[in-house]
Amino acid sequence: MQITPTLGLLLALSFIVSLLALTALIWAIANKQVHTPDQDDARSIFQPGEGAEIDSPALPHHFDTARSGIDKSSAGPVMWLISMGVFWLIYGSIHGLAASLELHLPDLMSGSAHMTFGRMRTVHLNSVIYGWSSQAGLAAIFWIIPRIFHTPLRLGWMVNLGTLIWNLGVAAGVLAIANGWTDGLEWLEIPWQIDIALAIGAACFVAPLIATTRARKVHHIYVSGWYFLAGVLWFPMLFIIANIPGLHWGVEQATMNWWFAHNVLGLWLTPLGVGTAYYFIPKIIGKPIYSYSVSLVGFWALALFYSQVGIHHLIGGPVPTWLVTLSVVHSIMMFVPVIAVAINQHVTVARNLWALKASMPLRFISFGAVCYTLASFQGSIEALRSVNTITHFTQYTIGHAHLGAYAFVSLVLFGAIYQIVPRATGKYFPFPRLIAWHFWLVVVGFAVYFFSLTIGGVLQGLAMLDASKPFADSVILLKPYLEGRSLGGGLMTLGHILLAVNLIALAFSKRTQDLETEPMVAAQ
Amino acid sequence: MNRYLPLAILSLAILSFATLLLVIIPGMQIDKSGVSPGLKPYTVAQARGRAVYVSLGCLYCHSQQPRDEAQAPDGERGWGRASVAGDYAYDTPHQLGTMRTGPDLMNIGDRMPSQGWQLTHLYQPRAISSWSIMPAYPYLFAHKDKADPGDVVVKLPPAYAPKTGVIVAKQDALDLVTYLQGMKHDYAPPAEGLRDDGYALMAAQQHNNDAAKASK
Repeated sequence: MQITPTLGLLLALSFIVSLLALTALIWAIANKQVHTPDQDDARSIFQPGEGAEIDSPALPHHFDTARSGIDKSSAGPVMWLISMGVFWLIYGSIHGLAASLELHLPDLMSGSAHMTFGRMRTVHLNSVIYGWSSQAGLAAIFWIIPRIFHTPLRLGWMVNLGTLIWNLGVAAGVLAIANGWTDGLEWLEIPWQIDIALAIGAACFVAPLIATTRARKVHHIYVSGWYFLAGVLWFPMLFIIANIPGLHWGVEQATMNWWFAHNVLGLWLTPLGVGTAYYFIPKIIGKPIYSYSVSLVGFWALALFYSQVGIHHLIGGPVPTWLVTLSVVHSIMMFVPVIAVAINQHVTVARNLWALKASMPLRFISFGAVCYTLASFQGSIEALRSVNTITHFTQYTIGHAHLGAYAFVSLVLFGAIYQIVPRATGKYFPFPRLIAWHFWLVVVGFAVYFFSLTIGGVLQGLAMLDASKPFADSVILLKPYLEGRSLGGGLMTLGHILLAVNLIALAFSKRTQDLETEPMVAAQ
Repeated sequence: MNRYLPLAILSLAILSFATLLLVIIPGMQIDKSGVSPGLKPYTVAQARGRAVYVSLGCLYCHSQQPRDEAQAPDGERGWGRASVAGDYAYDTPHQLGTMRTGPDLMNIGDRMPSQGWQLTHLYQPRAISSWSIMPAYPYLFAHKDKADPGDVVVKLPPAYAPKTGVIVAKQDALDLVTYLQGMKHDYAPPAEGLRDDGYALMAAQQHNNDAAKASK
């Protein structure tokens, strides 16, 4: 099909609308038509007198009485979310590692249908996305939102109820998949009957956030709040539309599939990671982020451009040309929000490199933030037709997906957990050295994982494009890289086990310090 | 930004706009392009086999969307002509796929029509291709002392055959193979078939540029 004038117009229209919206925003900021968040707003997460000293358990920032009791209100729900999240992290990692091994040792686990690659890998994905990163991200949300709004969490019981329902949903979902009951779409495998439970769980998370937002004691909504509050609305909308049974069919279902799957990354996991980093980086360092007004452009540009990139998963496929081009163009436009976030987060860290040495949580979070920039740049480039034709059906894509969902989102959330847990429980981690081990295991493991799949994927793609080579060549050449991936994945899994060990040991240890929220004298 | 309601409304409006462009308008266009003439609905056995395909997760290694010759040598590999939207009119859940750890299967019924080959390959891919990394599916088969009437016996090389008795296909294996055998989209595509022509357009433009250079 050629691009008809109508469709060409539509394509141009979408791009122009997004561009105009962004221009309008910049004009409004330049002419002070809207209240532009300034550096004073950026300081709304600090208390007066909160200096540049490091925010570590041994040397905590003091909170004044106004905030007293805030952390206490959210500590319970947050700890439940973290515990369940880490459970699914371990469960998902083991399944991911098993799936990886199966690709180069195909007869290792062929005795049972439950353990076949197609199910193992799917249980891995659903465990880590819906079980781990969504819940760890929600933990960060429920920890940070009351703090930036200077008010206790409202409807905390509802969060606990949501956690219960959500986990039952995830458990039922992965059990269904392992037993062969699946909706059969990538990222949407959990049967829609079980998805009803997940939707109810999600509603139980949204209501307390809205209630807390409405009760806030500060006028300004700090940047993390924009990402979180929008993200928790975007996810239910995506999830419900995508799971309505009988509505989607054939190729329309494929476009819906990738509209959903990429938006789960872009409009759910990314806001979780970016919002968390936007809070903890300045908070731990003790200095406001570099250029607060840029963050506004970053947020709206993310919403406008990221929401339309999904069809780059169908480049060269049986979908309308204009639609693919639309997603390619918006993928390239993603440079705008990503650079905006990069300016803010990386400059803040780069000016305070001393803090990376002093704070392990910051080390995780900053590493994750850098990987957000890298993953996004890589994603934009990968969407170009000339690049995509090589990488599209290969392991390269899996490497890229893990750069985003793991090295960015999960690393930020690891840091958030190490930062939150001592403050929520009033206990130090019993094995602080294991935190450093966790960091290096996952960083080295991920590097091995990523470079194996990236190099292997490119070679695989080039072999498939070469008509003179039989298809078998693309499989045979890949094997050492698949083994490399298993090695990297094994190191990452080991790191996750260290996190779990520290958490379990902490649960059984005695309380050694007072909750930070109780009035304390500032560090001398 | 200081107000919640405008933030919430604008965020949802932007996602609605994206939904309109990525799902609703393409959906209407795909709907209008209709079913490819020549495409038949799945038979009952094929539909059962397709359910086995979905449930085992074949999708995660096999695509069902041959590319255009301007982009990739899929046609030369025998994977068939570039597919169009109308070829998938009876598919739900769609199984277009995003990986080619194994080859594209849109026309596997053309390429490997033999039931015997498919059954052996499903029972143990390495009995046919030593380099294959595809999972084996022994649980789709039964080990019997002696084949009963009506049983389909799987032919196996000695290295993979049981010491005594025979391996026969269970219903799931037979259905799956029926589905694979039916994967033939060898009819001519509709003239107005919907697909991503970006690579063909780029190739045509390149061709024109080259021609213009040559004539100078």
